[in-house]
Amino acid sequence: MGIYDIAFWILTVIAIGCALGVILSRNPINSVLFLIATFFAISGHYLLLNAQFLAIVNIIVYAGAIMVLFLFVIMLMNLNADVEPQKGRLVQLAGVVSGGALLLVLLAALRTAKYPTLESTPNEIGLIQNLGEVLFTQYVLPFEISSVLFLSAMIGAIVIGKKEDSTHSA
Amino acid sequence: MPILPLHYMFLSLTLFCIGIMGVLIRRNAIIIFMCVELMLNAVNLLMVAFSKMYVDAGAQVFVFFIMVVAAAEVAVGLAVIVMMYRKVHSVDVNILNRLKH
Repeated sequence: MGIYDIAFWILTVIAIGCALGVILSRNPINSVLFLIATFFAISGHYLLLNAQFLAIVNIIVYAGAIMVLFLFVIMLMNLNADVEPQKGRLVQLAGVVSGGALLLVLLAALRTAKYPTLESTPNEIGLIQNLGEVLFTQYVLPFEISSVLFLSAMIGAIVIGKKEDSTHSA
Repeated sequence: MPILPLHYMFLSLTLFCIGIMGVLIRRNAIIIFMCVELMLNAVNLLMVAFSKMYVDAGAQVFVFFIMVVAAAEVAVGLAVIVMMYRKVHSVDVNILNRLKH
């Protein structure tokens, strides 16, 4: 068992444990922190898979930006009290059973599939130079369209979050 | 035991199904939103594993686009949640089940 295998299993346990913590913890703040830990574990997996650039971007964008936004909203709403009402036991059981059934079906379907083996030699495709070349040659049109998407999302968030005009809302 | 692509597939499927369970069993809209993020990340992990398997950079570029879409989605979704909270002072999806009140 090499260092790669050990790292894989440790990161897997962290990722799954923290993902369970997200959905099981009562306090929303704890959920956010567990989700950040999950994202760090997934970034570790990216490093193992030779996706160095994505590992860094995952930490910066997800753990840094998106999760801080969640934290801001939770603190803004004062939700960090343990007052969240729970769904009924039956509904929770139904949710767990249906999620677990989906997992079992997908696992059973994929268990006997044939795959090429993972390339054990390190390659260069995850480096920023290579990814940038692919992004700005093959995928330049989706890149531009995603910038339009960002602009429209920004405008949409501002329009939705704007306080209503007091002369109309009365 | 060497790490097979199947291991990554199982890991990402498990994370995805944990996200689905979270969406189904929680009532807080923000936690449901976080579980959606978890599902997106599970898909990202699978994409990166495929990229390593087939030695192709296209999958990693797609992960990049998924991150872009997730960021835009979070911005709009959290704005909607804040707006709902301002109107009905709750983020409980059992209370927010009517589009109009």
